[in-house]
Amino acid sequence: MLTKRIIPCLDVNNGRVVKGINFVNLIDAGDPVDCAEMYNNLGADELVFLDITASSDNRKTIIDVVRNVAKRIFIPFTVGGGIKGVNDMKAILQAGADKISINSAAVKNPDLINKGAEMFGNQCIVVAIDAKRENNLFKVYINGDRIKMDLDVIDWAKEVEKRGAGEILLTSMDNDGTKNGYDIELTKCVCEKVNIPVIASGGAGKMEDFKNILKYADAALAASLFHFKEIMISDLKDYLEDNNIPVRRI
Amino acid sequence: MIAIIDYKLGNLGSIKNALDAINLKSVITSDINVIKKANKIILPGVGAFKKAMDNLFELNLIETIVNEIKKGKPVLGICLGMQLLFSSSEEHGLTNGLNILDGRIVRFKNNSLKIPHVGWNDLIIPSGSKLFRGLNNSYVYFVHSYHLITDNKKYLLTDSIYGYKFACAVEYKNIFATQFHPEKSGSVGLKILKNFGDL
Repeated sequence: MLTKRIIPCLDVNNGRVVKGINFVNLIDAGDPVDCAEMYNNLGADELVFLDITASSDNRKTIIDVVRNVAKRIFIPFTVGGGIKGVNDMKAILQAGADKISINSAAVKNPDLINKGAEMFGNQCIVVAIDAKRENNLFKVYINGDRIKMDLDVIDWAKEVEKRGAGEILLTSMDNDGTKNGYDIELTKCVCEKVNIPVIASGGAGKMEDFKNILKYADAALAASLFHFKEIMISDLKDYLEDNNIPVRRI
Repeated sequence: MIAIIDYKLGNLGSIKNALDAINLKSVITSDINVIKKANKIILPGVGAFKKAMDNLFELNLIETIVNEIKKGKPVLGICLGMQLLFSSSEEHGLTNGLNILDGRIVRFKNNSLKIPHVGWNDLIIPSGSKLFRGLNNSYVYFVHSYHLITDNKKYLLTDSIYGYKFACAVEYKNIFATQFHPEKSGSVGLKILKNFGDL
């Protein structure tokens, strides 16, 4: 039977993993390969690397990170951040990533989803959607959530599926950083409307939050909660298993 | 030396990396002579069935692969590489495969299932398997939309469940195949590759 995935997200700045809340007060958290290996040993099912390197001059360092991780870690991993075209996708996939995640670039140029899916296969293309509540709807935000688009999250989710996305990484901007739990309403709405896997993100604070969201989502992503060791993945999996959520055990 | 067959679809680096990590010598190749000299073959697979068969044809590799396998050289088909070993697939219209084993490749048929099937499934491991030697209660990583159907009971088949039971590994004489990706299945996957390498 298919298990629910637990996915730690690692922010990478100039080739180093950094920890921080909302990208401020970043502290160095070590070598990406070492961090990846630690999560792998704890039973993470997949990893997401988000390149937050500000300077485009240093963007190439992420390729080295990907190449090194791929030599040591034998679970799937996704790389996102700053990917603008198929050449960026190709470079990251050839370096050894299994999937690439696109966000703003997909909103600005939706054909990029089709092109990526045709060239590399649907399973390689993860579309990240940042969602924020507005009245009774959810709107899509881009550019690190600074720009609101006149785009409904459900409509966009359906469109990315039609264009060939293999998975959706759905982040609630309202809940991100609050530790009050994932946005169940948002996640449930999207899961009901698309037939591709949905990874829920934003708001995890305690183990119960994972249990609640994994009734709907196929996978749950968290960053600081795992980095600051507030929850250990191995303990989380014990808890989920006790609560009848199927998880992979190592 | 293990020949990882390069038919110009997808990234083969992850298989090479996994074999390197367990000290198995391998080469990514589409050279007939290298394939003939290798003592084992891995037929990898990311992409679509028809495109893969077209590329194998254009690279003039079909005859060599079929002959080497029929001569008894151990082969490991991975994901699409497993599917290619069978008679045909319905992906993008009916396409003939390498037809080394009897069976058809069909799309998951169940409207409530998300396609592709992505993620970690538990395996039902049969006793007496060489490929799964030393493993039990294992989880492996899948990414696929199509799966094998075969009536041939000679193949030692391993099942998993996604909506319904489907064949996710094959073991028959010198032919080994997995629908999942051992190179992405953590330490379990490395053990499977090691078992193949140690044959």
